[in-house]
Amino acid sequence: MAAENEKADGKIKSVVLVLSGKGGVGKSTVAAQIALELANAGNKVGVLDVDLCGPSIPRILGLEEKDVHQCSEGWIPVHPDKNENLAVMSIGFLLKSNKDAVVWRGPKKNAMIKQFLSDVVWGNLDYLIIDTPPGTSDEHITVAENIKNFNVTGAVMVTTPQAVALGDVRREITFCKKVGIPVVGIVENMSGYACPNCSECTNIFSKGGGESLANVTNVPFLGYLPLDPKLTMSIEDGKSFTELYSESATASAIRHIVRPLIIS
Amino acid sequence: MADVPTNAPIECPGTQSQQAGKVSACQGCANQKLCSSGVPLPPDPAIEDIKKRLLPVKHKLLILSGKGGVGKSSFTAHLARGLATNEDEDIAILDVDLCGPSIPRIMGVEGHQVFQSMSGWSPVFIEDNLSIMSIGFLLSGPADAVIWRGPKKNGLIKQFLRDVDWGELDYLLVDTPPGTSDEHISIAQYLKGAGIDGAIIITTPQEVALLDVRKEISFCKKVGIPVLGVVENMSGFVCPKCKTESQIFPPTTGGGQQMAKDMDVPFIGRIPLDPRIGQCCDEGRSFFSEIPDSPAAKAYKSIIEEIRKFCSNNTTNDDVPDANV
Repeated sequence: MAAENEKADGKIKSVVLVLSGKGGVGKSTVAAQIALELANAGNKVGVLDVDLCGPSIPRILGLEEKDVHQCSEGWIPVHPDKNENLAVMSIGFLLKSNKDAVVWRGPKKNAMIKQFLSDVVWGNLDYLIIDTPPGTSDEHITVAENIKNFNVTGAVMVTTPQAVALGDVRREITFCKKVGIPVVGIVENMSGYACPNCSECTNIFSKGGGESLANVTNVPFLGYLPLDPKLTMSIEDGKSFTELYSESATASAIRHIVRPLIIS
Repeated sequence: MADVPTNAPIECPGTQSQQAGKVSACQGCANQKLCSSGVPLPPDPAIEDIKKRLLPVKHKLLILSGKGGVGKSSFTAHLARGLATNEDEDIAILDVDLCGPSIPRIMGVEGHQVFQSMSGWSPVFIEDNLSIMSIGFLLSGPADAVIWRGPKKNGLIKQFLRDVDWGELDYLLVDTPPGTSDEHISIAQYLKGAGIDGAIIITTPQEVALLDVRKEISFCKKVGIPVLGVVENMSGFVCPKCKTESQIFPPTTGGGQQMAKDMDVPFIGRIPLDPRIGQCCDEGRSFFSEIPDSPAAKAYKSIIEEIRKFCSNNTTNDDVPDANV
């Protein structure tokens, strides 16, 4: 049975999935930046990390040592900020050590994801951002089945520019069409690197592939994100990039990506 | 444990155990009803079939990560090409990344088809001594997605291992998707009889990658797969203009080498980030042939030597200890 949108006292106005198909393109990074940007603008934002084997969200948001607790209504997500604008749930919070592996077959992963979608006490949210693992398998099918009763805005597809990545992303777009999830658009991440010494830009992972794919598949192109050492370090350190470097070109690119997600 | 079915969860108590079907690990397992009924489950014949099929394969290596996008497929492809430079040796790649099969593109054989004969499925040959099997060859087009749950994926992996007619091989390299789930558990279980020489673990230097890679090493230890070594990919970038080196993926917690030390596994080398590697992968060309004197090519060659050494010191199929699944 699909999870209900109203959980005890909560209602979620918009669900955004961050997908790729390809691993290591920056899904979790982009999901976190979208969440932080929306939360900094005063919205109530939930982040649900359904990458059970490789949960990156706790590290990226600087929440590695946090635990989740249960109350009579369900699981209480982690609130990193005093205003509780941000609420985060990840299997990462349930593991005792960062060496602990989640070695589960599909059915057990599906059960956990269903629990995450139905038993977390999110409260009222403006946005629920769902970060996913690469692929088109159990996690993706289970999420798609269980958000049918939610207000789904759609999926942000993250890719890197090179052809090897685009192939997987194209398949992920097929998945979205099959399960009826609208594709909000494609983000081309790691698009160019400016040498910190001489500012020469090298297209380490090629360039333009994401935009071409958007044209070929007839979905909007949301923009380029460069390989920005400041963003990479913010991720490593669990700090909020858009707060620390809000005037940077990368922060501006992030805001551009978030714009089509904003609900009136 | 000898009586763990191939579709069982990793903590399966064993079908012959008194707890069979009754413990929390059994929840969701397809065999639960049968196990808890007390009727003993027969052993999966596929394990023995796979052992027979892979008897002519001298060395079986897994390329794992845990983290996506670190260059598993790229490394597998270059390892295969590097090993295949010895024309007296036969090399094959089995691509079990069913949702994101990159190997056909990287090896320049996208769009090729596989055929079946009396002796099984024929892999696609790149060179006389280098062949590949991937689900990529079974898809009808670039937009064709494999939207399968675990059991269906496991079924195809079993078929790949049992039914591909590799012939005699010196090396079978298994390229895997990121994670520690169905594909990984199935490979470990199905190769129980045939044996796995070792796993090469690929990482990039940053902590966000190492987090997942530690879990993959824990998985290997849990199921008894020897870790041949850790390779740190995308390790430093040299600007083509001013030649300054920068760490695009900074090793804030000591990188792959420190992580390997902490996890008590060997560290076998670093490969720098060279944009030409990505271009070659996209275009299905061999980086070794195109740019043989680059630092990256030299790094690859040194790592491949380590792998050869490990394999030549390794025991034969019969002596490989049972994977603990």
